[in-house]
Amino acid sequence: MQMLKKGYFGDFGGRFVPELLMPPLIELEEAMGRIMPSPIFQQELGRIMADFVGRPTPLYHCQGLSEMLGRNIWLKREDLAHTGAHKVNNTMGQALLAKHMGKPRLIAETGAGQHGVATATAAAMLGLECVVYMGSIDVKRQSHNVRRMKLLGAEVRPVESGTKTLKDAINAALRDWIAEQRTTHYCLGSVTGAHPFPLLVRDLQAVIGREAKRQFMEKMGGKLPYMIVACVGGGSNAIGAFHEFVPHGEVRLVGVEAAGTGELGCYHSATLTKGEHGVLHGALTKLLQDKHGQVEPSHSVAAGLDYPGVGPEHAGLQAAGRAEYYCVNDTQALNAFQVLCRTEGIIPALESSHALAWVLDNAESIPRGEHVIINLSGRGDKDLDIIEEVLGI
Amino acid sequence: MTKSRLEQKIREANEAGRKALIPYLPAGYPDKERFWKELSALDKSGADIIEIGVPFSDPVADGPVVERASLQCLEAGVTLDWILAELKKRKGGFKAGIVLMGYYNPFYKYGLDRLAADAAEAGVTGFIVPDLPMEESEDMTKALAARGLDLIPLVGLNTSEERMKLYADNARGYVYFVSVLGTTGERTSLPEEIAGRLAVAKRVFDVPLALGFGISRPEQLTTFGDTIDAVVFGSSLIKHLDQGGDSAGFMARWK
Ligand SMILES: Cc1ncc(COP(=O)(O)O)c(C=O)c1O
Repeated sequence: MQMLKKGYFGDFGGRFVPELLMPPLIELEEAMGRIMPSPIFQQELGRIMADFVGRPTPLYHCQGLSEMLGRNIWLKREDLAHTGAHKVNNTMGQALLAKHMGKPRLIAETGAGQHGVATATAAAMLGLECVVYMGSIDVKRQSHNVRRMKLLGAEVRPVESGTKTLKDAINAALRDWIAEQRTTHYCLGSVTGAHPFPLLVRDLQAVIGREAKRQFMEKMGGKLPYMIVACVGGGSNAIGAFHEFVPHGEVRLVGVEAAGTGELGCYHSATLTKGEHGVLHGALTKLLQDKHGQVEPSHSVAAGLDYPGVGPEHAGLQAAGRAEYYCVNDTQALNAFQVLCRTEGIIPALESSHALAWVLDNAESIPRGEHVIINLSGRGDKDLDIIEEVLGI
Repeated sequence: MTKSRLEQKIREANEAGRKALIPYLPAGYPDKERFWKELSALDKSGADIIEIGVPFSDPVADGPVVERASLQCLEAGVTLDWILAELKKRKGGFKAGIVLMGYYNPFYKYGLDRLAADAAEAGVTGFIVPDLPMEESEDMTKALAARGLDLIPLVGLNTSEERMKLYADNARGYVYFVSVLGTTGERTSLPEEIAGRLAVAKRVFDVPLALGFGISRPEQLTTFGDTIDAVVFGSSLIKHLDQGGDSAGFMARWK
């Protein structure tokens, strides 16, 4: 029986799902192995990535920030990908796979709305039906993205149960998938969930690190960067940026989680830093939970980081000592947000601002003159309502 | 291995010419005190096995009725520790077999060996864990078996014969056949394909088959004849209690 276990990263991962979901997961795993490596699929995806998504995204050397910090700061500009975040790398790949599998309907969960917009975009572009589940609290705080999804022809279903945020949207999407699995592909938004999702999403996001490595080496005469930094919600943009560098032990991999308000006893989203082993949404991973194993609500000013779980591969990288994880609070992220706006003329997503904040606040721990790549996972247009409210501008 | 007490319970009912009755109630529902009264009433009114729901914050396989009920129990402070402690006080007080049904994380967090020991001590006979397919079930099966407890497998309309055979290798107690491709909750009609899939399951499993999810009226079962040995009802019982009914009244219509 033990031999049947699949999708583990060290002690983490697996498939903890109702039996009714095992057949569609096995079907997806099989399709991944059969369809994705085929030249037809790869060529089609390559064309979409280049002409529709706008890849490769630039690797940008920040003049102002580098001078300010005395370290070389580079941004991998996922904010310049179509729809404004890295999420589209994943949804275009999964939607194309769904189409090749003969599934005419996509469902997705979304927190910040960024994954919902990216799924709705892929569905529209490939002629698929699309339903997006979103916690009713997130519907309110990311209304800009709700309007975008509707324009793209998706149906947005607000979720009123539980904490009314991302984790509950995932529960609702899983229930839909159980019932509609014959016609529907669940386009999961991060490297979370049951096998094969953490692998599938990682492979689709790994383009970030592949490009960044090539671009950096071209500009720097074959050298590797000192450090890669990315924010961690579910962990897809971070794994996407890390994956290519994992075998290069000399490159430090830093994931940044959200500490929420940072006050003692307040909710946060620092799963790897403060969570414990647990099972949620199909994976054994690290989890924010109480002593009875009930999942704790999470919080972050960045809706996309507001999730009590994390992708199992990150838990595995942490346990193996290959990647480091730290957290920064809402205030630090808001400060970094403003710094990037003013010094570089780039409005970053609040999620990405966490990665940036860690570098700004920990520059001293990085040797002078060294090169740091920050994955700028998305742009901040979606966050303007929150920013205006919190900063009073 | 000795014959499972849960299997015995179902066979006894079948020998008496009826299907075994398996009501499901979330622990602490409708409230922490009345729950134990309803449990006794279910036991006295003919329940052969009682499934006690262990509430979880994220009940993915449940429909709205069970979800709402179990979140209400969580808010009332129901925990696995409380359930086991209260059961221990009442050990031997129930004729019916007692099964705990809940999602994996609270059990995992409690510690599987400790869980098996405390559950056996509290008179529990088996577990149903909806998010633990066979691929992940070895640790729990081992821990439970060491105390003579059963892990009841779930299968459904989309479970292939090959998968059923793998489940059959370790199945003890009974097999829970999920009647719909969906979550718990009452349905006005059941899918037509059930009969065919049940026939396959009957062939593959030696242990009894219980049909559950979406069952609210005895008439729904008339077409299945001898393929099923037991029937499980959850949402319809919860609704019946919500509408002012009592457990004895609910059980009466199934006799
Ligand atoms: C811009 C942006 N960055 C980061 C994230 C965090 O997700 P992940 O860690 O899975 O990349 C999100 C999620 O919505 C996002 O929108």
